[in-house]
Amino acid sequence: MKNQFSRFRGSNSYIASEELQNSVNVAIALGKPLLIKGEPGTGKTMLAKSIADALGKPLIIWNIKSTTKAQEGLYVYDTVQRLYDSQFGDRDVSDIRQYIKLGKLGEAFVSDEQVVLLIDEIDKADLEFPNDLLWELDQMSFYIPETKETVVAKHRPIVVITSNAEKELPDAFLRRCIFHYIEFPDAERMKEIVEVHFPDLDRKLLEQCLEAFYWIRSLPNLQKKPSTSELLDWLQALVIGGINPRKIGEEIPFLGVLLKKNQDVETLLWNLRNPRGGRKPSFYSR
Amino acid sequence: MNQGELRFWDRVIVMFTEFFYELRAHGVPVSVNEWYTLLEALEKGLAGSSLTGFYYLCRAVLVKSETYYDKFDRAFASYFDGIETPESLPDKIWKWLDRELPENHRVRFDGTLRQYDIEELKRMLAERLAQQNEEHHGGNRWIGTGGTSPFGHSGYHPGGIRLGGESRNRSAVKVAAERRWADFTDDETLDTRQFQMALRKLRHFTTRFEGPRTELDIDATIEATGRNAGRLKLVWNRPRRNAIKVLLLMDSGGSMLAYSRLCNQLFTAMHRSSHFKDFQVYYFHNCIYDWLYPHPSCLRRDSIKTSDVLSNLDSDYRVILVGDASMAPSELTMPGGIIDWDLHNEEPGIAWLQRVKDRFEYSVWLNPIPASYWRWTEGAYTIKLIREVFPMYELTLNGLEQAIKCLKGRVV
Repeated sequence: MKNQFSRFRGSNSYIASEELQNSVNVAIALGKPLLIKGEPGTGKTMLAKSIADALGKPLIIWNIKSTTKAQEGLYVYDTVQRLYDSQFGDRDVSDIRQYIKLGKLGEAFVSDEQVVLLIDEIDKADLEFPNDLLWELDQMSFYIPETKETVVAKHRPIVVITSNAEKELPDAFLRRCIFHYIEFPDAERMKEIVEVHFPDLDRKLLEQCLEAFYWIRSLPNLQKKPSTSELLDWLQALVIGGINPRKIGEEIPFLGVLLKKNQDVETLLWNLRNPRGGRKPSFYSR
Repeated sequence: MNQGELRFWDRVIVMFTEFFYELRAHGVPVSVNEWYTLLEALEKGLAGSSLTGFYYLCRAVLVKSETYYDKFDRAFASYFDGIETPESLPDKIWKWLDRELPENHRVRFDGTLRQYDIEELKRMLAERLAQQNEEHHGGNRWIGTGGTSPFGHSGYHPGGIRLGGESRNRSAVKVAAERRWADFTDDETLDTRQFQMALRKLRHFTTRFEGPRTELDIDATIEATGRNAGRLKLVWNRPRRNAIKVLLLMDSGGSMLAYSRLCNQLFTAMHRSSHFKDFQVYYFHNCIYDWLYPHPSCLRRDSIKTSDVLSNLDSDYRVILVGDASMAPSELTMPGGIIDWDLHNEEPGIAWLQRVKDRFEYSVWLNPIPASYWRWTEGAYTIKLIREVFPMYELTLNGLEQAIKCLKGRVV
């Protein structure tokens, strides 16, 4: 059994902490869904892709919206098409099976090889949504009354579920998951992450940027803290704009890339003009 | 499985049974299911292949919210006695597993806690302050909130030193308040789900909205198809949606500080309840006067005229006021009674409250003070006056449910 463990070690384009690797491998070995929480931009969604890449398995993504119903993940019965067909007689309407369309979860079940199934942003849906999937995720099967068929997973998919903590998830659901909270990366790890995306970035520029970035994140009363993706966009903008690294700490060019809310921009400008306790605190030390 | 292995697993199971209760004692909500999962994982060797993995394995399987990570760490450290870094854990665990059944040298919660005299307490406090370098809540040794250590607050040691916080047990023999312990009380997780479930009932479904007709109306389709001499005629409906709009008015005055956690829970729950058609929040300081504030800080510069708010919102907004309704009588009944010294109100607060009440069809007042205290608390007089204007409920799950019934026009 031991060789089942430690299969996932991150991938070339995704840096996973040892903790995270552990959680992923525990979830895989136990065949339980892995619930991932964390600040936006900590790479929750990317994780599933990375697992799929690293293990060489196909990835199926089920994006959850506020209107998504659990049923849609299993299958949809296209009544209307069948009614139309019954009028025009194009197809044999007595064969209900052709009007059953499998959802993402259904697809993952019938796949001929094991897949990675990402249920993205599960907290967007209705409060009861996770409860409606308990049986299916536990048993890895569901029943289609219309065709009197039971769909059973050929290979138990590796299920990764992400949540932004917009809603609290029901206990019964949580009990069945392996849980991992992705911490916001510290400056050291952030450096590694940035280097994956920009291998030949000027060191000076990177250090100045990280210092400014973590300083901005430390500001109180920020409505939306900039995240990794915003930092990456910002670096891109700075490289293209050819900004002198020394200027970054003083004026923070391309501010709009980092902060998306007017109020936050004002907060930042105010703090730039009135540095509390003299100089900006340096969160990034070499 | 040979004899030796069997005994090994026996010991593991005994060990984890104790650890299980240790976690629960520290407030980590672990269930038996999760505990079995952990045993299953151990049997599969998921902790064995990497020694540091043991800690992460336990955490990944047993803890389901980052807000419990800290409690888990403390339970872990307390159970494995003094081990603080995951690196030093494994050796100790395996050594311990090699022993016969682990002896129990932790203090059980059985009423045998020692009574210390004040000098002894002071000396121990000094020692522990010197040793402790992180936050602790619960547990029986370190300084923090809850638990049975003689130091900290909100705990239950029958003869201890209270460090800041509110006095909840009369036995705290001396207050040695230090600022650095003051902010710790917010480590409790907000279980807003219950509030959210209650708020779900605050809905009134209607199909009278603009938007695409996307739902097949089966009955109407059959009817229409029948009238159409059997040729299929589909009838579509708009999906039903909640028509309820909510206006939340919250007191953020000084006396509300004591209830901030409760109010936060309510606010978070309402904020996350995506089923309202619209949700507006304003804050006030003790009582409503000419101005409302979009932020709890109630800063003069971003205030909004109360009359504007009232005229901008339709009368079908359901209004929820949250406040302790406790203030000086003058604040409620006299012109110029406003508590902020640099402001002046022409009309007494009660007139403004009445105006809010009259403007909207349904409104309730939620009071974080338990209803049984309303007649006896220091704010009893103003509570009585305000109750004559608004139906008042206590801010509990039960109270909220009643308030919601009232907002739906079922009970008055």
